[in-house]
Amino acid sequence: MKKIKCAIIGPGNIGTDLLYKLKRSQVLEPVWMVGVDPTSEGLARAREHGLKTTDKGVDGMLEHVKADGVQIAFDATSAYVHKENSDKLNKLGVMMIDLTPAAIGPYCVPPINLKEHAGKREMNVNMVTCGGQATIPMVYAVSRVQKVRYAEIIATVASKSVGPGTRKNIDEFTRTTSGAVAKIGGADEGKAIIVINPAEPPMIMRDTIHCLTVDAPKQKEIEESVRDMVAEVQKYVPGYRLVNGPVFDGNRVTSFMQVEGLGDFLPKYAGNLDIMTASATRTAEMFAEEILAGRLTLEAA
Amino acid sequence: MSLNLKGIQIKVHDMSLRDGMHPKRHQITIEQMKSIAQGLDQAGCPLIEVTHGDGLGGASVNYGFPAATDEEYLRAVIPLMKQAKVSALLLPGIGTVDHLKMAADCGVTTIRVATHCTEADVSEQHIALGRKMGLDTVGFLMMAHMIEPQQLIEQALLMESYGANCIYLTDSAGYMLPDDVTARIALARERLKPETEIGFHGHHNLSMGVANSIAAVAAGARRIDCACGGMGAGAGNTPMEVFVAVCNRMGIETGVDVFKISDVAEDLVTPIMDFPVRIDRNSLTLGYAGVYSSFLLFARRAEAKYGIPARELLLELGRQKMVGGQEDMIEDLALTLARERGLLKANAA
Repeated sequence: MKKIKCAIIGPGNIGTDLLYKLKRSQVLEPVWMVGVDPTSEGLARAREHGLKTTDKGVDGMLEHVKADGVQIAFDATSAYVHKENSDKLNKLGVMMIDLTPAAIGPYCVPPINLKEHAGKREMNVNMVTCGGQATIPMVYAVSRVQKVRYAEIIATVASKSVGPGTRKNIDEFTRTTSGAVAKIGGADEGKAIIVINPAEPPMIMRDTIHCLTVDAPKQKEIEESVRDMVAEVQKYVPGYRLVNGPVFDGNRVTSFMQVEGLGDFLPKYAGNLDIMTASATRTAEMFAEEILAGRLTLEAA
Repeated sequence: MSLNLKGIQIKVHDMSLRDGMHPKRHQITIEQMKSIAQGLDQAGCPLIEVTHGDGLGGASVNYGFPAATDEEYLRAVIPLMKQAKVSALLLPGIGTVDHLKMAADCGVTTIRVATHCTEADVSEQHIALGRKMGLDTVGFLMMAHMIEPQQLIEQALLMESYGANCIYLTDSAGYMLPDDVTARIALARERLKPETEIGFHGHHNLSMGVANSIAAVAAGARRIDCACGGMGAGAGNTPMEVFVAVCNRMGIETGVDVFKISDVAEDLVTPIMDFPVRIDRNSLTLGYAGVYSSFLLFARRAEAKYGIPARELLLELGRQKMVGGQEDMIEDLALTLARERGLLKANAA
């Protein structure tokens, strides 16, 4: 079967985990890994897997994009360089899946709005944050049943799974996630809290999602909706698990999740990173399926 | 002991209107805040913290919605102060620099940026901004009993490098004994710049608040957190009136009037308590097992709702090495244990 060719920008932990996931895909084929450091272990590893690599950033790949048929690129670098990367590649008709917090394109949470984005032929979609991917589906699971006036998520992650970029700008996580909890989750107001736990052995990512409904919660419908949504997310993150809940307490509806990663390249406890690479892969696959079926043609933008 | 601390000047920092928000479920009214803050001001307390118990932006389902917003509290209290300054607490991951700017705009002179003791590097943007805005900027390392002094000081040095002019080593669980405090504060004093102040924040869960604070002063701390009437999370903080009395006896200068501050404790703080903030079997467990003091009320509520004893929940949370902020895991744990024991109705599982 024909596969859509992809490039990964950023050969760090996320980029490498993404590489492993793309290699398993039925519709995607990773062909380029882009970095900036010639001594990068990630680039060396990508070469071992048969990818072409450059240490000259996106510029080092641009002249090969057409010849190598690259149609989708993943940006796993930083918010600071994302726009430039995206502009350069969009010009060549390559669509961009943004794993940085730059969010210049619309937020994409696969089980909620991926179909819509593919239908609109978006050339840049943003994967929100790890906490967003892990929790927004559960907010939506309540808001699609009845009006949610306030949704709050608490994401607790292992210290070892939080990189220096996130640490330097933790407010970006808080702001981006709370914005998307409201906008994509479908709550009038959103709040996000992140807690970093250094316990050894490292704890598996935990997420708690509180929704305050306007009217008394329709318990049976919400329970059903939550279970359906968990099953939906499990299609691309098998370790996504409802540990407790939904709990009903007055107008509060609370779900307690655990997110265990697949352990492709990242350790299993880093479900927060895995859910990002898995969501990005899922997103690319949906676009690829559309392209392969002839329903979507990417054009230079 | 033959400590001679005579003539040492220290700054006491009141916690009753911030840490004291925990036992009040963040329901202290604006009027109560105003009257207590005025009492503290008149008693000579130089610095008073006013924020949601979990710091700026703490208003949430997870920690509790307060009776008024941080901004309303700050704007009500600050203009009334004759000599006292007002501080605000900020936990990165809960609050953001937007909250910090708001608090500065309200007139706080001190911002305290708090992280778990191993995670100082999430505080860089907040500490740097606080310093840039000219605020007295404090790095506040919580649950400092959980790591060895050497490791703790590495984190303190990070906060200092971001611009903190004062570093607190915080016994959030009320677990430390005086020797633990001495080891940590003395090493901080040795390794941090001479101009960087050192502070200690205690909890009274093992009744060590005053003794630990004196040990901290002896080892070089010059800022000590106390709560008037002891009103704080767990069994409360170091009771200010007691600490001031002890300081007077030892010749440590706080500038606070012992009788006036004990009147504030007796007449204004104690009457607003919803229950006696004291050492009972649950708050004792916090100190004994090294658990974050603010978990107390959550564990009690989980006991009432799910039938799992609070003490058992607290011990297990300690065993799992839960850190400050993980209040959500208390209900989660209670649900898990209740289900295992067949205490949950099938549809609630």
